[in-house]
Amino acid sequence: MKKLLTWLCCAFLVAMSGCGQPQKASNQIEVWHWMTDRQEALEFLAQQYEKETGIKVKLELFAPSDAYSQKVIAAAQANVLPDIYGILDKKAIFASFIKAGYVADLTPEFKADNGAWEKAIFPKALDNNRFVEGNVDGIGPGIYGVPIDVTNIQLVYNRNLLKKAGIIKPPQTFDEFLAQIGALKRVGVTPFVSGFGEMWLLDCFVSNYAFNIMGENKVFATFRGEVPYTDPDWIKVFGVFQTLAKKGAFIEGIVTKGNKYAEQDFALERAAFAFNGSWCVNVYHDMNPALDYGVTALPVMNPAKPMKMWGGAGSSFVVNNNSTNKDKAIVFLKWLTAKEQQSILAEKTNNLPANRAAMSSLSKVLADFAKIVDSTTHPAIWPLNEDPLVVEAFDKGIQAIIIGEATPEKVAKDVQQVKEHQMGKKAQRSL
Amino acid sequence: MTSFMEPRVVSLKPLDAFKNFLFVLPAVLIFSIFYIYPFIELIRLSLHQWQGIGPMAFVGLQNFKELASDQVWWQSMGHAFYITIIALTFQNALAFSLALACDREIRLKRFYRVVFFIPPVLSEVVVGIVWNWILNAGTQNGQNIGLLNHFLVQSGLPNLVHNWLSDPKTALTCIAIVHSWKGFGWGFILLLAGLQTIDRQLYEAAKVDGAGSWSTFWNVTIPMMLPVIMVVVILTILGSMQVFVLILSLVNQGLVYHTEVPVTRILWSMSGTNQFGYACAQAVILGIILVIVSFTLKKLSNYMKQA
Repeated sequence: MKKLLTWLCCAFLVAMSGCGQPQKASNQIEVWHWMTDRQEALEFLAQQYEKETGIKVKLELFAPSDAYSQKVIAAAQANVLPDIYGILDKKAIFASFIKAGYVADLTPEFKADNGAWEKAIFPKALDNNRFVEGNVDGIGPGIYGVPIDVTNIQLVYNRNLLKKAGIIKPPQTFDEFLAQIGALKRVGVTPFVSGFGEMWLLDCFVSNYAFNIMGENKVFATFRGEVPYTDPDWIKVFGVFQTLAKKGAFIEGIVTKGNKYAEQDFALERAAFAFNGSWCVNVYHDMNPALDYGVTALPVMNPAKPMKMWGGAGSSFVVNNNSTNKDKAIVFLKWLTAKEQQSILAEKTNNLPANRAAMSSLSKVLADFAKIVDSTTHPAIWPLNEDPLVVEAFDKGIQAIIIGEATPEKVAKDVQQVKEHQMGKKAQRSL
Repeated sequence: MTSFMEPRVVSLKPLDAFKNFLFVLPAVLIFSIFYIYPFIELIRLSLHQWQGIGPMAFVGLQNFKELASDQVWWQSMGHAFYITIIALTFQNALAFSLALACDREIRLKRFYRVVFFIPPVLSEVVVGIVWNWILNAGTQNGQNIGLLNHFLVQSGLPNLVHNWLSDPKTALTCIAIVHSWKGFGWGFILLLAGLQTIDRQLYEAAKVDGAGSWSTFWNVTIPMMLPVIMVVVILTILGSMQVFVLILSLVNQGLVYHTEVPVTRILWSMSGTNQFGYACAQAVILGIILVIVSFTLKKLSNYMKQA
């Protein structure tokens, strides 16, 4: 009995002493990621790295991305983050991680050797990981993350279905787009599909048109509360969806469609146009290798303003500031973003590489996606972002317009109401 | 002198008491870590404003005050009640009917028992994918892709072809029906087990007394089954009020606000807006409502048993 008790006490003490143990330096780098589609390629590169340096890279995959985000937040709270990980959340949350001391400032590394590492990476991809002087989050200016690929979201079109409707080239203006929608409808082809059941994609589409219709300064002025959502330009933005819905452009059920289903619809030639990101090249290839499609920016409504598509860093990694393997982790990320490794990643995963020098070996469609890399925009590089509750009201309002439940004017009024409520709350808190 | 009928108070030596304590310690630790601590933490967080990372700000009951005027939250609660009512009626009526059928001497009884229990063991994500295909409203080359719409056209009912999951009039009902389809197997198994415990002599006695099948059902089966029915009702309410994976799987982030339920709102507060404190306040309110409903039903069940 006494022996049993002694064993119980020992086991308990050993278990307790293991909790909260700080990480020890080792010849192993631990990486947490969420990229199911890139696991194989990353494993391959990890093995290469071990062969070259003798350092083992332990890859831990946690999917889907929502679960990964929660896992990273929980690990940060418990101070058990790995050496390298990604922050998939909004820039404000990225800033919270930096403030809490969980992210290493990589600026000196990027600037070393006359900025060799920084120059090798697409600036737009770095911008997602950069905090500029005087940023709203109060973070010291610098680069805090390493992009391993770049992405952008554009309009993809099925050449065969357009040909069926007598269309030779994709639309450049919104009027041309409407005319092509009419032509497609006449030959029984569903014009447009996208995963508008996922708010971020809807949000991306609408902000592209907001930038094109009124320019980014007015959009940001709205975020600051200086321009109301009831402004005629915003009504015009909401009106895009009403016009498209009335023309019958959208596939049935678009408002509840996830992007996976939308990708399936486009790959199986159920719709002529799709609004999707550059990762779709890999997806479409898996679903229908014979699919003949091209890529173009969204058709412009206002020729006086640029149509800026969402893009920038696809996936980025950060280095744990508290890791005892910090230096090794940085060296690994430098190696991963070098031309040779980036070419392997691009070839194996059909994603756009973050390293400009690796762009030479891309397929035709990917090369078309790559054309606009330098002119993309993204909420992560905007000087400020809209309140998430306003964004929710905005996106839900657009869904209501698409299903014919609300008019652009009504949605604009509802969104403005939420905006005023949130601004009032913020003002109250600051008092 | 102490009577031998009185309970004997055993005074333990300190070492014995310590030994006993050590034996219950693992259970106490597990209960404290996985039940008590999260519960206290939930309440503590609900009184704070917190982004999930970084410092917390104590805001007292502010989150609860905001919640009281959050129309979308209360609307989502209404949707959960609607799903619950459909589950309580349609799902449980189906479960009870099938349990009654399988309680009799019918052919392939065991086969049916297995078949009826398949939906509950399937993952909600899988159920969502299957029903997405059934309810799909899309077409290709003029043919309906969705099984239901295809069936309607083939049955000469093309007017009934519908956009089931993207129409506010049908979306929530479709979700409720799919939820009921997925859940009726649990009720079926519990009710069948309950039916099999009823003494067959009671039925024979009722038959001798001249009771018909309807009268036997009302006066023998139902009273004997009341405790099981109450368990099924409570489990149905708890399950239906907390449905959400199925919703995400069927309509993604929702059809406007028409398919919002409390758990999707909690999820949105956490991952969509990073308001962890507010999400905890929502969870506390949902928990309180569920506890009140469960206790009320338990009391009702006890009262009915006594009556």
